[in-house]
Amino acid sequence: MLYREAGQFKSTYAQDQQIFPILQDRVAIAILLAVAFLLVPAFGNQYWLGAILTPFLIFSLAALGLNILTGYAGQLSLGTAAFMAVGAFMTYNFVLRIPGIPILAAFVLAGLCAAAVGIVFGLPSVRIKGFYLAVATLAAQFFVLWVLQRVGWFSNYSTSGVITAQEIAILGYRFDTPAKKYLLTLAVVAAMALLAKNLMRSETGRAFMAVRDMDVAASVVGIPMMKTKLLAFAISSFYAGVAGALHAFTYLGTVEPEAYSLDLSFRILFMVIIGGVGSILGSFLGAGFIILFPIFLNLASGWVSGLFGVEISFAVVSNLEVIIFGGLIIFFLIAEPHGLARLWQIAKEKLRLWPFPH
Amino acid sequence: MTVPQPIAGAQRVGEVVLAVENVSLSFGGVKALVEVSFDVREHEVRAIIGPNGAGKSSMLNVLNGVYHAQKGTIRLRQGAAWREFHDMDSHEAAALGIARTFQNIALFKGMTVLDNIMTGRNLKMRCNFLQQALWAGPAKKEELAHRRAAEEIIDFLEIQHIRKTPVGRLPYGLQKRVELGRALAAEPTLLLLDEPMAGMNLEEKQDMCRFVLDVNDHYGTTIVLIEHDMGVVMDISDRVVVLDYGRRIADGTPDEVRSNQAVIDAYLGVAH
Ligand SMILES: Nc1ncnc2c1ncn2[C@@H]1O[C@H](COP(=O)(O)OP(=O)(O)OP(=O)(O)O)[C@@H](O)[C@H]1O
Ligand SMILES: [Mg+2]
Repeated sequence: MLYREAGQFKSTYAQDQQIFPILQDRVAIAILLAVAFLLVPAFGNQYWLGAILTPFLIFSLAALGLNILTGYAGQLSLGTAAFMAVGAFMTYNFVLRIPGIPILAAFVLAGLCAAAVGIVFGLPSVRIKGFYLAVATLAAQFFVLWVLQRVGWFSNYSTSGVITAQEIAILGYRFDTPAKKYLLTLAVVAAMALLAKNLMRSETGRAFMAVRDMDVAASVVGIPMMKTKLLAFAISSFYAGVAGALHAFTYLGTVEPEAYSLDLSFRILFMVIIGGVGSILGSFLGAGFIILFPIFLNLASGWVSGLFGVEISFAVVSNLEVIIFGGLIIFFLIAEPHGLARLWQIAKEKLRLWPFPH
Repeated sequence: MTVPQPIAGAQRVGEVVLAVENVSLSFGGVKALVEVSFDVREHEVRAIIGPNGAGKSSMLNVLNGVYHAQKGTIRLRQGAAWREFHDMDSHEAAALGIARTFQNIALFKGMTVLDNIMTGRNLKMRCNFLQQALWAGPAKKEELAHRRAAEEIIDFLEIQHIRKTPVGRLPYGLQKRVELGRALAAEPTLLLLDEPMAGMNLEEKQDMCRFVLDVNDHYGTTIVLIEHDMGVVMDISDRVVVLDYGRRIADGTPDEVRSNQAVIDAYLGVAH
């Protein structure tokens, strides 16, 4: 009974079109943002800020990018990591080659480069769908990495293609501690999530979903097929590109092209599947799950060995991790394609009725 | 960004606004349409009937560019001028004010009723995606204005209670109604309906008939309708064209068509 909209009447369409029409949701998100922006950086320790929360936010952003393309516009892609690589390496080059460029401008420009690459590798989507399109995006994955490894310019001719992210400063203020980097990441990710939410509840989002659900009907109502699909690739790759830039600049610091392998593309796809296809919240839930789960498993194996006095080896734990992930992905694909986000929604629907069963 | 306004006064059938001339379409060896010609007058309800496989749906598909005829022309009146097409493109057809529904419902299953209807208005939206992402002044205003127009259609079709339901969860009859809503949202001048009442019970059929007649009456929309239920066809259409094996075998008022020997033979399955 605590969570319900009873008594919250909406008398205008503007009220009905808010992102969070229910008061309790608005309060919850305000508290969450306050905690994330104020409490966490003040009290979080270095390990949590630098090794868990920052990557969590970055992968959420990458998953969000892929979700826009796959979940909303229905175009499967296996090239997310490549678009991240473009973002990372181009940010490095913009900062290196344009003295005094503001870091946020470099992120945006690098994102635009990723978007351009995304459009090129999205071109096959005009003709092919599904599995075949996935294979075409696989080409992006291999081609981009190959170029980054082969063309020395991208890594400023460093041996083995490794780049070291430059220092980040905005208006002279240096982001040099894990807490500061976390805050910068959080600000970028929160802003971009809001933009994505707005976009998905507007005409563009509806056009994406229309193309996903029934492409013939979409063109019959006048939605331009090619423009819509390429826009989805562009926006999605822009998000991946900025995520890649953050990945290099606020998380790892030094990266090489191999960091953005097909493996990473799959990990991000799994985040989308587990979190919820076609859900912005789901992108965060999926990333959180995939990042936190191994940590949880490690802790749990510690407790188990403590309780029963058996030694669980590292190899067993990592095998277990793979098995459980595989199982979960199959479960979500078959039983709940809308992932954790849908489970959360069901829980909220139950809560609205609680404590009455009907 | 106008809400559909009823055209004042009763409107009766006017001049020819659409002329189909010698259209032929085949799929491999199957001749779906053979030299078909007919015309449609402004504000009229024009029915296309014929036995299964006669080529009715193919005709609508050619009209709005889902299929491309191998031969023939489609002429469409735009104000005082005529435009001629050999090959219509569906996006262009939508821009010219042609909307339609499908025989096998073609809604966007994962989207809500409201969103489905809103997609019908996409050609009227002017803001670009950056403005939409910022949800800034004009984008927000535009979204609200179109929401209002969509709500008028929701009220008209009496589907207020399901506006936030994903259409995939709705029963068949309601889905048909939502699909009509999506077509109406475009404020079409020409509405193509492919068996809008198929598979409905009597009550749903009556509702749908009422909606179709209301649209025609109220907004002056010209309607081309495929229907198998002869009672419905005879009741609501001004003129009927009959197809059989891809050919036009009769064309005229419901009464003329009903007493036409070729039509009777086609429906009774008389050998050719
Ligand atoms: N996409 C297609 N590919 C191949 N053949 C097709 C296609 N669409 C229609 N046909 C064929 O064209 C002929 C006419 O089909 P159409 O769907 O236009 O008939 P119809 O009059 O609408 O029939 P019904 O009353 O059953 O809906 C049929 O023989 C059909 O098999
Ligand atoms: Mg048909």
